[in-house]
Amino acid sequence: MTKIHVTTTVNGEAREYLCEPNQSMLDVLRDELGLTGTKEGCGTGDCGACSITVDDRLVCACLMLGAEAQDARIGTIEGIADESGLHILQSKFLEHAALQCGICTPGFIVASKALLDKHPNPDETTIRYWLAGNLCRCTGYDKIVRAVQDAAAEMSHPA
Amino acid sequence: MTAFGYAAPTSVTEVLSLLEDNARSGGATQILAGGTDVLVQMRSINRQPRTIIDIKRLVETNRLEVDAKQIYIGSAVPSAKMQEHAELKSLYPGLLEAADLIGSTQVQGRATVCGNLCNASPAGDSIPALIAAGAVCDIATASGSRELAVEDFVTGVGQNALAEGEFLLGVKLRRPTASTKDAYLRFTPRTEMDIAVVGVGVSISLDGAECVAARVAIGAVAKTARLVKAAAESLVGTTLDDASLHLAGEACQAAAQPISDKRGSASYRKKVVGVLCRRALVVARDRALGR
Repeated sequence: MTKIHVTTTVNGEAREYLCEPNQSMLDVLRDELGLTGTKEGCGTGDCGACSITVDDRLVCACLMLGAEAQDARIGTIEGIADESGLHILQSKFLEHAALQCGICTPGFIVASKALLDKHPNPDETTIRYWLAGNLCRCTGYDKIVRAVQDAAAEMSHPA
Repeated sequence: MTAFGYAAPTSVTEVLSLLEDNARSGGATQILAGGTDVLVQMRSINRQPRTIIDIKRLVETNRLEVDAKQIYIGSAVPSAKMQEHAELKSLYPGLLEAADLIGSTQVQGRATVCGNLCNASPAGDSIPALIAAGAVCDIATASGSRELAVEDFVTGVGQNALAEGEFLLGVKLRRPTASTKDAYLRFTPRTEMDIAVVGVGVSISLDGAECVAARVAIGAVAKTARLVKAAAESLVGTTLDDASLHLAGEACQAAAQPISDKRGSASYRKKVVGVLCRRALVVARDRALGR
C-alpha cells in the first residue's frame, strides 16, 4: 500500500508523517505522532473523546483521515497548556472535580476551549448544546458545565 | 483493487478523470466530503478497498453564495459554515434548522448537506428540507454538467441517481421572496443527537394571507424522502386555516409508507407525520407573515 506523505501543523509546530490512505487522523496522532492525549472512545463520531481542532473548527479525529490534514492547522489536548502551566479550563476541571476516569476529559477540554474561543460568555444552555457531542459516563455533566462556566467567568474577568 | 488510495484533486476536470480512470481499471471509488458517514462506513458496513477522492480542495465545491437570484451550496461546505451565514439563515430557516439537527458540534464542523443527500439515508434530515425548498442538484459529468431536482436524486435506501463517473458539485436554490418561508420539524425520542423517527419539511408562499404556492416533503416514513404534491394542492388558495392544514396532514399520512423499527412503529410514524406537517406549516406561515 502506498503511504501518503503529509505536512501539517500540530499545536503550532510543523510536522510531517506518512500515513495509510484510510488511516484516521486519530490513529495518526496516536500512532505516528505519539500524541496519545487524544482518546478513542467509540470510533464513530458519537462520543467526542477524540475531539481536536482543524483550522480552529472542532472535529472528531476519528471522522477524519490523516491524509486530509495536509496544510491544515491541527490543535490537540497537548497544545492547551503552555509553559506557564495549565490552561484555566484544565485548572477548573480539577477544582470542580469535573472528571473521574478521565477518558473523556481531553475531548471535553478541547471542545470547551473551542466553545470559549467562539462564545466567551456562554449560558448554560449554550454550553450543554455545544458539548452534546461529548459523552461522559462518570460525572453526570453538571460538574463539567460548572467548570466551564467558572473558567469562562475567570477568563473574562481575571482575578 | 486490493489497496486503498487517496487523492485530493483541485479541479473538477481532475476529479472526473480520476473517476474515469478508476472505473476503467475496475477499481472502486469513494467521493469524500465531510466524511462523517464515509469514515464510519469504511470501518463497518463497507470495508472494501477503494480510491478515496477528497473533493474539499475544489473552488466549486466550496462555493457558498447568496446572490440576487440564486443560492449555491457547494458539496464541500460544512453545516457549521452554513449556520454562520446570517443571510442564508434568514432566507431558508427551515433548511438551516434541518442541517443543524444533524449531529454534534464536531459533526457540524465537517458534515455537508450534499453528503447527507448522497448518503441517502431514509432519515437524513436535510433531504426533506431540501426538497421543500425546491433545491436542484448540480451534477458534474464528463460532458459538462446536469441538473436534477432533489426529490429525484435519492433513488433508494443508500442509493442515488449519480451515474458512474459523475459527482455532486452542489445544490442550487432560488432566492425566495420575502413572503416565502420554509420550516423543518422532526420527531426524535431525545431532543439531541438522535435520528429522525419522522421529519417534515415545508415551504409556503403567501400573497397577503393567501397561500399561493407550497411544497411539502416527508422523511423517515418511506425508503426515500418524498415530495407530497397532494399536500401542497390542499394548501394553495387557502389562508392556511385549520381545515387546510388538516387536509395537508392527511395527504402526508396517505403518502407515508413507513416501516416499524426500534425507533417507532409504522402506525405511530403515520400518525406523527400528519401532526408534524401541520405544525411545520404553522411555523412557516408565521415566518412568512413576519411573526
